[in-house]
Amino acid sequence: MAAPNGAVPAIEFRDVQKRFGDTVVLDGLNFTVAKGDRVTLIGPSGSGKTTILRLVMTLEDLTDGYIFIDGEPLTHAEVDGERVELKPKHKTEIRKRIGMVFQQFNLFPNMTVIENIIEAPVHVLGMSKEDAIEKARGLLDQVGLADKEDAHPLELSGGQQQRVAIARALAMDPEILLLDEVTSALDPEIVGEVLGILKDVAESTDITMLIVTHEMQFARDVSNRILMFDGGRIVEEGTPEEFFTNPKEQRTRDFLQAVVADPITGALPWQPAPGASGTPAAPATPTTPSTTSTTTQDGDPL
Amino acid sequence: MDSNFEALGAALPRILDGVWITLQLTVGGALLAMLIAVTLGLLARQENILVRGFARAIIEFFRGTSLVVQLFWFFFVLPQLGVELDAMFVGILALGLNYGAYAAEVVRGSINSVPQGQWEATTALSMTSAQRMRRVIFPQAWALMIPSLSNLLIHLLKGTAIVSFITMADLTFRVDQLRIDTDTFFAYTVGLIIYFVLAYILTLVMNMLEVQAKHRLGRGESLREALSLRSPDTGVDAGEGARS
Amino acid sequence: MNDIWNWELAWEALPTLLVGFFTVTLLVTVVSTAIAAILGLVIAIARRSAPKPIAAVIRFVIDFIRMTPIVVQLLFAYYAFTNIDPLTIGIAVFGIHYSTYMAEVYRAGIESVPKGQWEATTALSMSRRRTWVAVIIPQAVRATVPALGNYAISMFKDTPFLLSIGVVEMVQAGLVFGGNHFKYIEAITLAGIIFLLASYPTSLLICRLEKRLAFRN
Repeated sequence: MAAPNGAVPAIEFRDVQKRFGDTVVLDGLNFTVAKGDRVTLIGPSGSGKTTILRLVMTLEDLTDGYIFIDGEPLTHAEVDGERVELKPKHKTEIRKRIGMVFQQFNLFPNMTVIENIIEAPVHVLGMSKEDAIEKARGLLDQVGLADKEDAHPLELSGGQQQRVAIARALAMDPEILLLDEVTSALDPEIVGEVLGILKDVAESTDITMLIVTHEMQFARDVSNRILMFDGGRIVEEGTPEEFFTNPKEQRTRDFLQAVVADPITGALPWQPAPGASGTPAAPATPTTPSTTSTTTQDGDPL
Repeated sequence: MDSNFEALGAALPRILDGVWITLQLTVGGALLAMLIAVTLGLLARQENILVRGFARAIIEFFRGTSLVVQLFWFFFVLPQLGVELDAMFVGILALGLNYGAYAAEVVRGSINSVPQGQWEATTALSMTSAQRMRRVIFPQAWALMIPSLSNLLIHLLKGTAIVSFITMADLTFRVDQLRIDTDTFFAYTVGLIIYFVLAYILTLVMNMLEVQAKHRLGRGESLREALSLRSPDTGVDAGEGARS
Repeated sequence: MNDIWNWELAWEALPTLLVGFFTVTLLVTVVSTAIAAILGLVIAIARRSAPKPIAAVIRFVIDFIRMTPIVVQLLFAYYAFTNIDPLTIGIAVFGIHYSTYMAEVYRAGIESVPKGQWEATTALSMSRRRTWVAVIIPQAVRATVPALGNYAISMFKDTPFLLSIGVVEMVQAGLVFGGNHFKYIEAITLAGIIFLLASYPTSLLICRLEKRLAFRN
């Protein structure tokens, strides 16, 4: 799964620092994401995970350091040992390869569903309207909303809006897709339908994904690497397998215990309950709906 | 009493001429004001401090110096500086600049009220700042600004009455003429009622614009539904139904 | 008339303007604001307490006054009450006109007082009068101060309308001065500057007050 050695990473953070006023959110952060990687960032809130996504999308300015996309500098470059800001035009060009799905969907309420999806392909990429509509219809079909193309975003449920937002991001054919807590604003019973669609996308494409989520089951199913953040630093990283079955750091264990442990037995969903050695854990946990079991292809509950 | 109505009947063509002048001033002033408001409102949120400062200075100047002073300046001072302007043009200019400055603040505030997420989504889709404003932000800000613009439009209509100071034969001037042939109470009641009806019509038009703008954002009923007589609940139901 | 701007003439115009400013412009603004503030509150309470048909009539009268020009209202009152001096008429018309705006501000203020406050006064068997005076008005009025200030500034800039009924306020004084000297630029420009100098700092002050009130809530 990991990119072969020597290949240019899709995303590289080099000595990235981010401050908001006096608060240091990220301090000298270094990491790379290989092409085709699915990396999930986990950690307590305020640990800087979302800031990382927002920096990649240029929604925030980085205080110091560099971010590279496909080996090209995103916002700043080092020229003769000096750190210089790049022109907005350059940023826009690089940005076109990156898509993002937001926690609050952020669909444009002044446009219908299909207009939301074709807006950027037509007006940013210069695609013909016919082609864009054809593509958008395909994507709407993929997210199970083929019958909603003329609806207004606010007429849709939260889950439906988020599915449209996923289609809107995919319509730009991004090389990198950023998923920022895409299910946090949704009712628990519709989380599965959205995650199911993203799993399909992960399985059927080679888009590089950088994911911030609290859905540990989803992180486990989709990603091939997990980074645990705390206080703006990477505390631990590993494959989901290592990470969830045998976390090395105490802080990771504490975090996992706090977010996903069964509230009654204290057992992690993928581990036997303590004190009940040998017996398997309860099959389902109330806090994390399993994406594999609750999702259908079209994602519609009825 | 009868003689009042007779006099009114005789004066009707002149009163209608006055209404026409008042309407021309209102519509012309409003169009100019909107042009100025959008221009200054957008400039006032630029990052460049010179551009922003320029816009702010113009806005504060025209808001702060009183409509009547501006009108007199254009009417009495400009001719002495060699610039002769038609009275109608002066009226529209003064109304447009004064109310345009007020409306610029409305435009700026409404644009700033469009939720942060909308701006971020346009960045994520790599839209240029012109595309973002024209296609995403302004259409949403428009729905927000209509109620305030509607108030300003009524102020503007009322403000047109001052052009009688610069010899224009608007509705106020004609009502003042009517007073000579009728009793005071009658003439001014007629005048006030005409202004009230005009204001009421403008309010209705602005309400319709608001319904339409909100409907475009997927909120509330369409204009046709709003104007139909049966109870308009269907628009809301469709939205609720989809939530299940 | 060779110079565009004559400093001597401007200097000469200034006292005339300032007399108009203090004896009429400022006087009308202050007194009419006070009338608007009090009358507006009375209207707002009446609208809320009166039986429905009367409340509807009050509403219509308010809308009627609010949606018609002050200039026409001034002329109306001027010709209808020939025995009253124009300055008094001006003060009354401005006060009444702006009280309709203030009534709307108070109404919003009253509506923003939580329902629980009314229920608590009922639970304590407080009288209607006491409820308004001790509980509702203090809570409703505080947030309306900035709006009152903004309407005072608005009224201040509307005072030149008084020239329609022959009251010589600052702008009319400037116009007369300009007419006498066959040169308008100095007096009218100065009048504008005086308006700006008085209104801009006041509006900044109100803006700060508004932010502070919003912050405290």
